[in-house]
Amino acid sequence: MSTSVLSGVAPAPAAARIRPRKRLRNKRAIAILILPFGLLFAAFYLVPVIYAVIQSLQVIRREGTFGVPHLEFGGLSQYFLVFQDGEFWSSILRVLAFGVVQVPIMLGLALLFALLLDSPLVKGKKFFRLAFFAPYAVPGVIAAIMWGYLYSPSLSPFSFVTSQVNLLDGGTVLWAIANVVTWVYVGYNMLIIYSALLAIPGELYEAARLDGASQMRIAWSIKIPLVMPAIVLTAVFSVIGTLQLITEPQVFKQFTSSITSTFTPNLLVYTTAAVPNLNLAAAFSVVLAIATFILSFAVLRLTQRRAAL
Amino acid sequence: MTTSTSTLKRARGSRGAPRESRLSRSAAMVIMGAFTLYFLLPIWWLLVSSTKTLGNFNSTFSLWFTPSSLTDIGNNVVKLFTYNEGVFPRWMLNSIVYATVAGGLGTILAAMCGYALSKYQFRGRELIFNTVLGGVLVPATALALPLFLIFSQVQLTNTFWAVFLPSLVSPFGVYLSRIYAASSVPDEIIEAARIDGSGEIRTFFTVAVRLMSPALVTIFLFQFVSIWNNFFLPLVMLRDQTLFPVTLGLYTWNSQVSQIPDIRTLVIVGALVSIVPLLVAFLSLQRFWRNGLGAGGLK
Repeated sequence: MSTSVLSGVAPAPAAARIRPRKRLRNKRAIAILILPFGLLFAAFYLVPVIYAVIQSLQVIRREGTFGVPHLEFGGLSQYFLVFQDGEFWSSILRVLAFGVVQVPIMLGLALLFALLLDSPLVKGKKFFRLAFFAPYAVPGVIAAIMWGYLYSPSLSPFSFVTSQVNLLDGGTVLWAIANVVTWVYVGYNMLIIYSALLAIPGELYEAARLDGASQMRIAWSIKIPLVMPAIVLTAVFSVIGTLQLITEPQVFKQFTSSITSTFTPNLLVYTTAAVPNLNLAAAFSVVLAIATFILSFAVLRLTQRRAAL
Repeated sequence: MTTSTSTLKRARGSRGAPRESRLSRSAAMVIMGAFTLYFLLPIWWLLVSSTKTLGNFNSTFSLWFTPSSLTDIGNNVVKLFTYNEGVFPRWMLNSIVYATVAGGLGTILAAMCGYALSKYQFRGRELIFNTVLGGVLVPATALALPLFLIFSQVQLTNTFWAVFLPSLVSPFGVYLSRIYAASSVPDEIIEAARIDGSGEIRTFFTVAVRLMSPALVTIFLFQFVSIWNNFFLPLVMLRDQTLFPVTLGLYTWNSQVSQIPDIRTLVIVGALVSIVPLLVAFLSLQRFWRNGLGAGGLK
């Protein structure tokens, strides 16, 4: 049995040597360990996903104008409606524009702060770490309510700005939301990157230090390539978050009329479901989920290739 | 960021001074100081605004206290906790129960699954893991509507369970546990426990859980925060105010501001009170964030 300890990575040959009775015992243990999570995962992740897909393939038909409506299989007809829906595409374009601007700014700042915290340039690291991370303790709803007041032309402490430019106007409200999201998440992403930096053994840049390399150079040539996996992780989560944007715009509807009920893809899904047109809403959700998958993988691929160079 | 670093690098040459110049030190401190203002000023504004009556909120400088601030915040808090038959403390309690109980149970379930996926070899293991990993990418908002329809068929919408049960599932927790179990629970120890006659499940709860505890705290924090912040699922599921988490409660109050102007004070004070527990929990458990996040990001 002691051979199994030699390789934690691929214990396949060792496992094959386990006696049948032990196998059976392990089987029971595996089931006990996995099933509680597995069943809940199936009930609250897999079933809803399958349910949404089935729903998206159905249409409501009625006999004549006043006939009794009934559900029947409609093939991809809901999806044709999705792809013809101008509101849907403009909401997708809106969050893509948001992501292209907001995600790099947020992650750039997070990386900058993490590198500064990791360098000898900054004093009072503990304080800055806490201060920058504090907004993450503010839930999205609360953050949006706070900034809603901070943006308001009459109530804001920064009225010298907000009385000149209406930040909640149709043209700027998207970026007002981008600021809220950035405010909440920079510190969180900073901490992910910073903890990756801390995990780098100091010897790795000891030699560079002795050669007289500057902090800038060490950061650029050693630290950033090594924390690339952490940056990729934050990027993927940020992309997912961007496509799913709903809390902040939903709250901002209370402060401004420039947020329409189709402002982001998720708001559109919510509005469509409330009509209620559940089949079309399901089709929107499925397309959105697939788009999220594709985009997450694209980010993963793109950044990994960059890291390999 | 990218361009400025590379130009600076070139200007300095590859053999820059080993000691950082005073200039780059002060530049770094100026950057950090400016962003400290950016991150803390809104929270400061919230704190100051909570100490004001509605009249003062509308008329006085909003980044500093008024002479009556000390008594006003007391009145505001009393009003907050008694308004509408004490619905606000009820919301806080709901949030705490949803987040700690579902977060705690969910952490254990995720750890069990992640541990099994890391330590046992069996058919379908990678399939299960990849399915769960796919679950990490499925956004919670995409699940909320189908969940509502499913729950409505078993008459569970607008109940405690409608928010509690889905909150138990943390695919990211399984992912983190698997990684952490692989690196921090040596196979030798499990083998030794087997030789000592300990059952597999007992080994998990007595030996593995202890070794995995830093990761478990991280998973718990993650889940706690995501449940505490959850807005969309309760929004879709709940009608009964007494079941609301505090986020949804404050949202509905904020939507009544135009009809009941007085409620604005309650929204502000409520926002402050609702973030205090989280701030305290975070700041005191911060080292666990660092450790666990490092595990997730690097390996």
